Amino acid sequence: MDELLESVVRGLGRGSVYALLALGFVIIFKATRVISFAQPAFMLAGAVMVTYLVGPLGFWGALAAATVLTGLLALGVERTAVRPMVGRPAFVVAIITLGVDIAVRVIVNAYIGNDVRQVGDPWGLSRVELAGLIIEKRDVARIVTAAVLVAALFAYFRFTRMGLAMRAASYDQEAAMAQGVSVGGVFAVSWAMAGGLAAVAGTFVAVGENVDGLMWTIALVALPVIILGGLDSPAGAVLGGVIVGVLQELVAGYQSHFPWLGGNISVITPYVVMLIVLLVKPYGLFGTREVERV
Amino acid sequence: MLQVTNLEVVYDDVALVLRGISLAVGPGKIVALLGANGAGKTTLLRAITGLLDVHDGEITKGQITVDGRPIPRKSPAGIVRLGVSQVMEGRRIFAELTVEENLRLGAHLNPRSVKENLGRVFDLFPVLEQRRRSTAGYLSGGEQQMLALARALMAQPKYLLLDEPSLGLAPRLVEQIRDLIVAINETGTGVLLVEQNATMALSIASHGYVMETGKIVLDKPAAELLGDEDIREFYLGTKSKSFKDVKHYQRRKRWLS
Ligand SMILES: Nc1ncnc2c1ncn2[C@@H]1O[C@H](COP(=O)(O)OP(=O)(O)O)[C@@H](O)[C@H]1O
Ligand SMILES: [Mg+2]
Repeated sequence: MDELLESVVRGLGRGSVYALLALGFVIIFKATRVISFAQPAFMLAGAVMVTYLVGPLGFWGALAAATVLTGLLALGVERTAVRPMVGRPAFVVAIITLGVDIAVRVIVNAYIGNDVRQVGDPWGLSRVELAGLIIEKRDVARIVTAAVLVAALFAYFRFTRMGLAMRAASYDQEAAMAQGVSVGGVFAVSWAMAGGLAAVAGTFVAVGENVDGLMWTIALVALPVIILGGLDSPAGAVLGGVIVGVLQELVAGYQSHFPWLGGNISVITPYVVMLIVLLVKPYGLFGTREVERV
Repeated sequence: MLQVTNLEVVYDDVALVLRGISLAVGPGKIVALLGANGAGKTTLLRAITGLLDVHDGEITKGQITVDGRPIPRKSPAGIVRLGVSQVMEGRRIFAELTVEENLRLGAHLNPRSVKENLGRVFDLFPVLEQRRRSTAGYLSGGEQQMLALARALMAQPKYLLLDEPSLGLAPRLVEQIRDLIVAINETGTGVLLVEQNATMALSIASHGYVMETGKIVLDKPAAELLGDEDIREFYLGTKSKSFKDVKHYQRRKRWLS
């Protein structure tokens, strides 16, 4: 039983990171109807920035600075590479983001080089006993950070003038423009948010480990997560992330009981879950039919 | 004065849809713009409110001014700031948001006076106050039209453009909307009322324009239009489905004369 619950906590930690990444994808999708494949690069860029800034600023200061800087980087990418493509087919824009992703990762990789770079977090691999369970502190940090960020974002969308404008523009862009909402502003804020979220996610992936040029592949798991949750549903992104994270850890924890499945079945778990959900709910758990028309 | 002079609009670089439209809405006036489907009424409103870009449309000629100032091209926000708001065809409320959130969006550029304006529109539309926390998509058709009107009023426009507000509403609701338009106008707001329901529009307008395939073909005081035989026949009567089928030759002759 303890083993099971410990897996669940690990899964929540992992799922928290997925949730932040998936939220970024969904926020951009809601604003622009394009899936941005640049998220993995922002994730890596954010984590690498933290490794450089942690010396002078400390972990939290570096995290905050890297979040803002990555948000600005995403904003710059939106302005220069994506905005001029508005009106082109979504597929074309998606491919452009893919190009941006590769370009940014190549640059960032140069800053990783052959060094062992760490985000310098306060937890490392230390553990704590909670209610009889042995839990890694970094998982608690992941869960708490994601919960705070998600709550802040949902409050933003619900209560602020710009948040409201973003929801309206996502529902009916032209009608929002008719109210005076700047769609360009909505795009910009969406990209900046997604960039910032990716930076936090990247940093918390790297917590307790080294920043590795290949860690961007974790961002790919956000794709089955958002399809699972519904492309246009922030709540779906969060829940989908948590579900996939927990299932992956459970499968990883118990796969030794099913040796005939091979040793790496947890890696494909997200895709299997996505497949099953899509068979039952074609628009994901929380997605709306509307998306189909795009 | 909201003034449109010699306006030409082209869609997709080829389709000339407005061919030299001129019209004016005086401050505090109600002006009716009539015309069959496809005449270009909605296009004119898009041109005024800076929404052509979304439809690959472009102003190729002419001018639009608000109280003497040319409207900023391609800036819907700038136009709202100049005091022109539109209720788009089909209402286009944000169905997933609440009534109050819809209204707050109407005040997007006017955030300081949200409270005051909420009070104002709730006085005019008490039903919206009762339902302010409901999801807008669950409102009835008439209530949705009221919400669309109220949302536009949240920006405190000097000129309100209404695109077929009676479309799809039962006669009793059409009357209610008509009375509300009059009430809005009485607070000093100029109204450009685009309608296919000519009786309703001309009954409250001071002036009327009739548009056909991108041109203004009639431009008269509303009372005169109400008395016009062709208008009666096409818009008010039940004889025929299409204006074009009605005495096409005679009509042409008269308008050209
Ligand atoms: N986005 C568009 N692209 C190309 N043509 C359009 C577009 N929107 C409208 N049109 C054409 O412009 C003409 C006028 O349309 P519209 O302004 O909607 O007329 P109305 O509102 O009077 O019914 C129609 O022939 C219509 O087919
Ligand atoms: Mg129309």
